[in-house]
Amino acid sequence: MLIDSVWILLALPLAGATINALAGARLGRRATGWIACGAVGLTFVFAVVLFAVLAQRPAEERAVEVTLWRWISVEQLRVDVRLLWDPLSAWMALVVTSVGFLIHVYSAGYMADDARYARYFAFLNGFVFMMLLLVLSSDYILLFVGWEGVGLASYLLIGFWFDRKIAADAGKKAFLLNRIGDFGLLIAIFWLFSLVRTTHFQTLFPQASAIVSQRGAETLNIICLLMLLAATGKSAQIPLYVWLPDAMEGPTPVSALIHAATMVTAGVYMIARSWPLFALSPNALTWVAVIGAATAFLAATIALTQTDLKRILAYSTISQLGYMFLGVGVGAYASGIFHLTTHAFFKALLFLGAGSVMHALHGELDIRRMGGLREKIPTTYRTFLIGAAALAGFPLLSGFFSKDEILWLAWQRSPLLWLVGITTALLTAIYSFRVVFVPFWGDHRGGDAGKKRGKAKQTEAHGDVHESPRVMTTPLIILAVLALFGGLLGLPRLSLIEGWLEPVFHTAEKTHQALEFVFIGLSAVVALTGIYVAYRAYVADTEWPARLRAQFGWLHQLVSNKYYVDEIYTAVIANPLRDLANWFSRVTDGRIIEGLVNGLAAAIGVSGEQVRRAQTGLVGNYALSLLVGAVALVGYFLLR
Amino acid sequence: MTLTIPSVNMTALLPQIIIAGTALVVLMADLVLREKRALGILSFLGVAGALGAVAWLWWLGSVPSFQNMAVADHYALVVNIIILIAAGLGILLSLGYATHVTPHQGTYYALLLLAAAGMMTMGAATDLVTIFLALEILSLSLYILAGFNQADARSGEAALKYFLLGAFASAFFLYGATLVYAALGTTNLLALLTRSFRPDGPLLWVAAGLLIVGFGFKIALVPFQQWTPDVYQGAPTPVTAFMSVGTKAAAFAAFARVMIIFLPGSHSSWTYALAALAVLTMTVGNLAALRQASLKRMLAYSSIAHAGYLLVGFIAVMDGGMQAVFFYLLAYGFMNIGAFAVLVALERAGDGDVDATRARGLAARQPFLAALMALFMLSLAGIPPLAGFFGKLYVFSAAVQAGWAWLVVVGVLNSVISAYYYLGVTVGMYMQEEAAGEPVVVPARGVGLSLALTLAALGTVLLGLWSAPWLQLAARSAVAFMGG
Repeated sequence: MLIDSVWILLALPLAGATINALAGARLGRRATGWIACGAVGLTFVFAVVLFAVLAQRPAEERAVEVTLWRWISVEQLRVDVRLLWDPLSAWMALVVTSVGFLIHVYSAGYMADDARYARYFAFLNGFVFMMLLLVLSSDYILLFVGWEGVGLASYLLIGFWFDRKIAADAGKKAFLLNRIGDFGLLIAIFWLFSLVRTTHFQTLFPQASAIVSQRGAETLNIICLLMLLAATGKSAQIPLYVWLPDAMEGPTPVSALIHAATMVTAGVYMIARSWPLFALSPNALTWVAVIGAATAFLAATIALTQTDLKRILAYSTISQLGYMFLGVGVGAYASGIFHLTTHAFFKALLFLGAGSVMHALHGELDIRRMGGLREKIPTTYRTFLIGAAALAGFPLLSGFFSKDEILWLAWQRSPLLWLVGITTALLTAIYSFRVVFVPFWGDHRGGDAGKKRGKAKQTEAHGDVHESPRVMTTPLIILAVLALFGGLLGLPRLSLIEGWLEPVFHTAEKTHQALEFVFIGLSAVVALTGIYVAYRAYVADTEWPARLRAQFGWLHQLVSNKYYVDEIYTAVIANPLRDLANWFSRVTDGRIIEGLVNGLAAAIGVSGEQVRRAQTGLVGNYALSLLVGAVALVGYFLLR
Repeated sequence: MTLTIPSVNMTALLPQIIIAGTALVVLMADLVLREKRALGILSFLGVAGALGAVAWLWWLGSVPSFQNMAVADHYALVVNIIILIAAGLGILLSLGYATHVTPHQGTYYALLLLAAAGMMTMGAATDLVTIFLALEILSLSLYILAGFNQADARSGEAALKYFLLGAFASAFFLYGATLVYAALGTTNLLALLTRSFRPDGPLLWVAAGLLIVGFGFKIALVPFQQWTPDVYQGAPTPVTAFMSVGTKAAAFAAFARVMIIFLPGSHSSWTYALAALAVLTMTVGNLAALRQASLKRMLAYSSIAHAGYLLVGFIAVMDGGMQAVFFYLLAYGFMNIGAFAVLVALERAGDGDVDATRARGLAARQPFLAALMALFMLSLAGIPPLAGFFGKLYVFSAAVQAGWAWLVVVGVLNSVISAYYYLGVTVGMYMQEEAAGEPVVVPARGVGLSLALTLAALGTVLLGLWSAPWLQLAARSAVAFMGG
């Protein structure tokens, strides 16, 4: 059967990563780029084929498990390297490989001058491998391997320009904050294993109700909350979101692939995959929705006040991930995955567009120093516009449908969640057109030299602004097409994606009411209003934001400083922990352990000194110890 | 009077015969051949042939021979595989090394092969006399091999120490075997296993104590370990690599067969004694390894610590412990010989030792070599998903199942201590500058060395990711062993 070869999806990127890691330096740039892009491209083609094979099966047979080998077998813990090819994992694999392939191609142009070209592609291929392992695993332990693997790849790529301290620190921050979440996932897995003696999805999930009946709902609830903690780490939600904006120190295609389109959605995927557990713990599910809504709103407000193009997009990502959490949290798993998909398209597009802007402006990122780029880089502008419109929820574009579906389902759960969601939608429309109007419209505001970024050369003003090469613009165009039409996958009433994922989530037939169309209309109005507000503020009456700032000075201060969350974390958590660690290092490590080791070394030294003084005693000493051991053993056996 | 001609089934010892035969051929070829490298290649081919014979015997099933004094059951064959892998890797390491250590390469390879034959016979032996015979074959070969680095005075010292103490320990073993005969009237283990009535007198217990001393010396259990650092440091590095794994495998295999005699229950007195030895061995080995200036000496103490972990699994011999021990031995074989292979690369011609400072800053100069060393160190420290982690996992889980949880706690704590010195090497390679004044090391190159490094690294990774086939193999062996 063709599906049995699903392991090839993992083997190809792994092979690409291995070749580039071992021989990349000798192969030369051309070959390196071809190998990396080819590996992911072939993976994508193969994923499409396997997707088609799966689609041809009857709906109830669309979950195929392929066991490769038994990995761990210790007492009751049995972990197979077993891949799951079902509608959800196939869908995720398609998203990861399609966006991944485009970003690989784009990177070939973007990173063309980087000294560590081969290393970059080895990491990027390695990331794709780990991400696919995460979505294809049929077992929590294997999922955890992928989960950690993408975390490692993210760390390596955020700190890719590690000779800049700020990038190295950002990598560390991301890794440490993710560790907190990973710890939650690990405990959740241990706990589940201790309850049902398995970590295999399809054996574990049917026993979920047994857990509730035997151990009470509270146990499962806490397990789900631990998983939620893990998801807030990986998917940058409150309270662990603070690493994502800093992660923008990595190369821009990395931000697009890992920190917008794929890795950060792993938390959403994990919760959706674990839906049979969450379905039985409504309390945890409510927390998912509340955290999602709160994060969506909070991050959107911060996005409004930032001036760094990539950071605006980063906060926007956090906000959109909040929407996905909201969707999953109200039980609309398919809608969450739908938004994940459209978001992957348009956010990857926006990041790559931002990269193209940086490329044109030699690393400039401050939108206040841009302007009038519309004519100079037309392809980037047009595609960026499409991406921003999709993000803003412009009617009939991809973001419109997916966001709208989540809001409609949130309304059915709680009007309050809906209200937060729709307010966020308004803010989203404003900031997404702010990043269109400010850099691309109006007059050129730059002039003074931009900040030095990464490997970029110091800019000689913006005199030689130029469009990016074809290898970079082509992925932009393809992604723009996807952002335009991706929404059609989930048209209300004939939703393809919902039907496709139905065998996984067993979503009950949803009630489609006329009211839903009222909501759709309302969303359209909100999006258009937001765009109009942005137009007024940033094109027509550019003094207006300044007047607002003057009026609400304290509020602006609070929001533009990101609610001081970083500072609070530093003061309340990081500093006390560091002091505690210092104390341990000084007292426990410095005195007790070092003392023990030094003492032992001294003791050995002393005995060695004595041996040396006896001169002939060496072998005799050894023999004596042997004899003492023998006497002790025999004596014990006789006296026992 | 009728004379019974003993049934001699040569096929059962075919792998050993191939190895011993190769040793003789190598000795003779030494007289004729001018190109001495061919001797090493010849020896390697002999090892490969013996592996083929093992595969054939595996397919044949259990073959007894020499009137039940040795047997080619799956248990013996698994031991053979471990020893042959160690020998093969040791020979590959010697290809470039032996040339600048000794002019007598024929003798060198022949002794290495004879030691391997002795080890393999020890795994197949089912009679105390055969075990002793095999023990002496391997010991005598190793005594000479330890002293083969004639340029280095420490090598000769090592050989002498090893010989004196080894003879001492052998005497204990022989005395123990004699007492077993005195108490039971036979030295044949298969005969004892099937006997329903076993006397439980003081004579037998004294014998048990003495046999433990004999095996404990070869395995390097504390307090019988003191020769280990001196000998491991002094012996030519490929020999150290080979004997650190091969001797342990052979001695543990025979040890388990012998202890069956004293096995009324898994918690009887002898297991308590062994548990005490395991605690001592792990702790002393790890603490002593913490502050070693010589990497070779550090690995010697580390091998003592690993003997302790192995003993933890050995104590659970009735609960799948032997399967875990065999898995651990194979994992240890790959990672430990791999680590020694890196030392071979770092040694300067004939100086026979590697100081820890020499590995400093290695990552900048030799990224591949440093990465491999880091891999072996991580595996030795027991970091998943490498072979060393799963070795410890299986050994400790067998012990927990047998009710030795406290012993496993001691083992895990020890494992934490060991991470300090293993990771110390890695930190030195990646995060420290090259020591000032230290001349730049140009690592030795060679096909044999590269091949050994590659195989060891592959084994270390694959045993972690894909342990199932080997675990099944080891399980079959344990079944063969318990079935008698």
